[in-house]
Amino acid sequence: MAVEGVDPEVAECDVRTDEILINMGPQHPSTHGVLRVVLRTDGEVVLEATPHIGYLHRCAEKIGENVSPRQWIPYTDRMDYLAGMNMNLGWSLCVEKLLKLEVPEKARHLRVIIVELNRIASHLVAAGTYGLDLGSFTPFMYAFREREKIYDLFELVCGARLTYSYITIGGAMADFPSGWLEKCEKFLNEFEPVVDELHALLTDNTIFIRRTAGIGVLPAEVAIDYGCTGPVLRGSGVAWDLRRDGDPWYTRMYEGYEFHVIAQTNGRYPVERPGHPVPKAAVLGDCWHRYYVRMLECVESMRLIRQGMEKYSRAKGGIGEPIKLMQKLPKGEVYLETEAPKGQMGFMIVSDGAAIPWRARARSSSFCNLSVLSELCRGCLIADVPAILGSLDIVLGEIDR
Amino acid sequence: MADFLAIWLPSWLALTLAALVHVTLILTLALTAAAAFTWAERKVAGRIQDRLGPTRVGGRFGWLQAVADGLKLVSKEDIIPRNADPLLFRTAPYVSFCASFCVYLALPFANGWVAQPLDIAVFFVLAVAGLEVLGVILGGYASGSKWSLFGAMREAAQVVSYEVPLALCAVIPVMVAGTMDLVAIGNMQAGWAWNWLIFHNPFLFITFFIYFTCAVASVNRAPFDLPEAESELVAGFLTEYSGFRWSVFFMAEYASMFAVSMLAAILFLGGWNGPLPITVWLGLAPNPATGYEPHALLAYFGNFLGMVNILIKATLGVLLMMWARWTLPRLRIDQVMTMCLKYCIPLAAVMFVGTMIYLYAFPVGLIFRSGGG
Amino acid sequence: MEFSEIAKLVAERFGERVVGVVAEAIDPWIEVLPEAVAEVARFLRDEPRLRFDFLHCITGVDYLQTDPKRKIEGQPRIELIYHLESMVHRHRLVLKTILPRWKDGVEGQLPEVPSVCSVWSTANWHEREVYDLMGVRFLGHPRLERILCPEDWEGHPLRKDYVMPLEYQGIRGR
Repeated sequence: MAVEGVDPEVAECDVRTDEILINMGPQHPSTHGVLRVVLRTDGEVVLEATPHIGYLHRCAEKIGENVSPRQWIPYTDRMDYLAGMNMNLGWSLCVEKLLKLEVPEKARHLRVIIVELNRIASHLVAAGTYGLDLGSFTPFMYAFREREKIYDLFELVCGARLTYSYITIGGAMADFPSGWLEKCEKFLNEFEPVVDELHALLTDNTIFIRRTAGIGVLPAEVAIDYGCTGPVLRGSGVAWDLRRDGDPWYTRMYEGYEFHVIAQTNGRYPVERPGHPVPKAAVLGDCWHRYYVRMLECVESMRLIRQGMEKYSRAKGGIGEPIKLMQKLPKGEVYLETEAPKGQMGFMIVSDGAAIPWRARARSSSFCNLSVLSELCRGCLIADVPAILGSLDIVLGEIDR
Repeated sequence: MADFLAIWLPSWLALTLAALVHVTLILTLALTAAAAFTWAERKVAGRIQDRLGPTRVGGRFGWLQAVADGLKLVSKEDIIPRNADPLLFRTAPYVSFCASFCVYLALPFANGWVAQPLDIAVFFVLAVAGLEVLGVILGGYASGSKWSLFGAMREAAQVVSYEVPLALCAVIPVMVAGTMDLVAIGNMQAGWAWNWLIFHNPFLFITFFIYFTCAVASVNRAPFDLPEAESELVAGFLTEYSGFRWSVFFMAEYASMFAVSMLAAILFLGGWNGPLPITVWLGLAPNPATGYEPHALLAYFGNFLGMVNILIKATLGVLLMMWARWTLPRLRIDQVMTMCLKYCIPLAAVMFVGTMIYLYAFPVGLIFRSGGG
Repeated sequence: MEFSEIAKLVAERFGERVVGVVAEAIDPWIEVLPEAVAEVARFLRDEPRLRFDFLHCITGVDYLQTDPKRKIEGQPRIELIYHLESMVHRHRLVLKTILPRWKDGVEGQLPEVPSVCSVWSTANWHEREVYDLMGVRFLGHPRLERILCPEDWEGHPLRKDYVMPLEYQGIRGR
């Protein structure tokens, strides 16, 4: 006899699994900011992950069409606040492209040094917090210790530690203070062994490999389809780096520099660590590769900085003058993407000839990288969601703008 | 002790008094240990992570940090979520707490220094320690939060599974010793370090490491801290707990960490016997070879040394757990279960059979003098 | 492939639906009719000589004169700009389409354009963003919801005539 109020199906087979709708974030330790992911799970298995963004929306683009380009610079470094220098550079180059303004040789090398330093800082945060996402606290501390040193260097250069507004349209706000290059050299020498420490703590750790290898595999075609860029794209084995393949207006900044595009092509990385082959369990495009690309890029950035310091000290002349605060812009539309640590950060400026742009647009790399999350999380375990999210290395300030 | 008091007092009073004394002693020890370990954990974590850890509270080494932490936790607002089941929510921490502290009732600290001598002490310890999971499941279920529920489910799956290899590993030394009485097992390992059960045979040597792995897993320490995995489940079953109730869970965790380490020390590492038979040389312990029996006072002092010995061994075990926690990433739930079911249980079973065959082949052992009971 | 060749290919294929080709701009662009966007997009991606497999960005620009000192050229309109790149052939293209500010000139009726979601998945979130901030309805989009603003937000903030609401959920806006 059927009991009243009970679904006959439930009464009949009493073992039935129910789907749970669970809310990950916006207050959650591993969403890297105020991201909310709604998970539909069956026990521990995630059936669907839907990211909800916008909690950090600060109307940056609306502000951008109400202030002059130079006034917008402080807003750009609040986008990806872990790589403020790269954001400043992206916007500055975009406006310079519109103005057809070339910065002096010295400023070019200065920019390379600063931007690559910030790339290391950003990748350190990525690697450190990735350890944190997987339950390992110590690499985080090691990474942040080194990041502090980079921030000390930035503080010497511009007085700020996080939001710099240092690189500006027409050059940079100030030249390096005296003795800075030696300090930078000292940092690089100290940092080199730390990379190996991080490798020992995370990269070669069996548990780490088991948690990341083969998890969240992103095939190259899917990555391109979703507009993933930066280490996420290169982790899928696409050797695509705007520093080499980008707009000429951007790539000429790196003219004369030697560096590898870190991506596994034909089964091998351009740079290899002797004695530490890629683990067998790792599949191209998985979390481990995305993480590994970042680690190798740190070393590559060090190479670039060393070259930059040498070129900078040989370069003659000044570092150029920033444009006037309210300088009239030529009419036109310009879009430029730069290779920020998180991916390709694009800026667009639409000008009608006034000092204030008609429209300022920021194409965020994390925005596109995050959009692939629901694709990657289908069918994984709850514990894999932080692992995948961490390997995408997003910054919500950049996503929500 | 009850017998001693019963000379002057009625037996019921003697029993109660004796019980009170024992409970107070154990509670003090366990609570002090928990406090010391919270401090040690921070200090160890700090050193591992290239920082100092607490330095301010209470002078140079921040040794009052645990007290400050405790004060902070007690003075926090007591929150019970609206969706929680208030009664179960309140009860849960104490269930865990009681379970992990009851273990100490049967754990000897030295020869005869045990609150309640039991012939089946190993059995009792494992059974009671397994009860801790009840409090966690209760807490997770009663919190009315999905994260807590996930934590509780993981705890249920993980701890209950790991009880099996843990018990299997504990049975092996019991088989060698031929008794479940922990005092007897401890006494059996007196003498030189090679009398310790871990060196009894190669199988027991491996068993120790399996035991330790399973012990770490069954007390939810990293890399097996899945029930509270903070980067996945916010804080697992602890998500909705705060203040005093949270600290009770916390103390229960440290208490059971210490308990499993102590059990390891007794079962494998010679218990209260040092690596050298110093107490015998000093005449503080009975010498079976000469039939020497020390004076009660001397024996008391010998036992005290024994207690220091076992506490050091157990602390080393806890420190090892801390070291692992601050070095390794966390495993995933399916990997944890795989490890238990596919590696730990079969390995423990092989060790069990191996030891059995070994005992049959070498009934008096190769170097183990005391032999089976 | 050079821009002029790309433009020629597209113009050959779509004839009158290609409205304009501006080669002298800093980033040269092709302008097409709104209803042809999805078709052109698919052609650009699938044509073996073009293979635009990567969509960088979709930008909406609102042209409406609100400030008497800043005149706009031409009619009030919304421009949608698609930045494309081919990773295979390493060439770039800017695709443009011009929409009316309101559909059929009726205030409040969002202009419509076919979605390119099925061509590039990048477009999914970018179109949601444009819908949210600029107020363009993308036909055929699987889930056209607001993305940056809350679901119950009113208006489209990046439009030039947008005014901040006085109050949102009891919070003062202005």
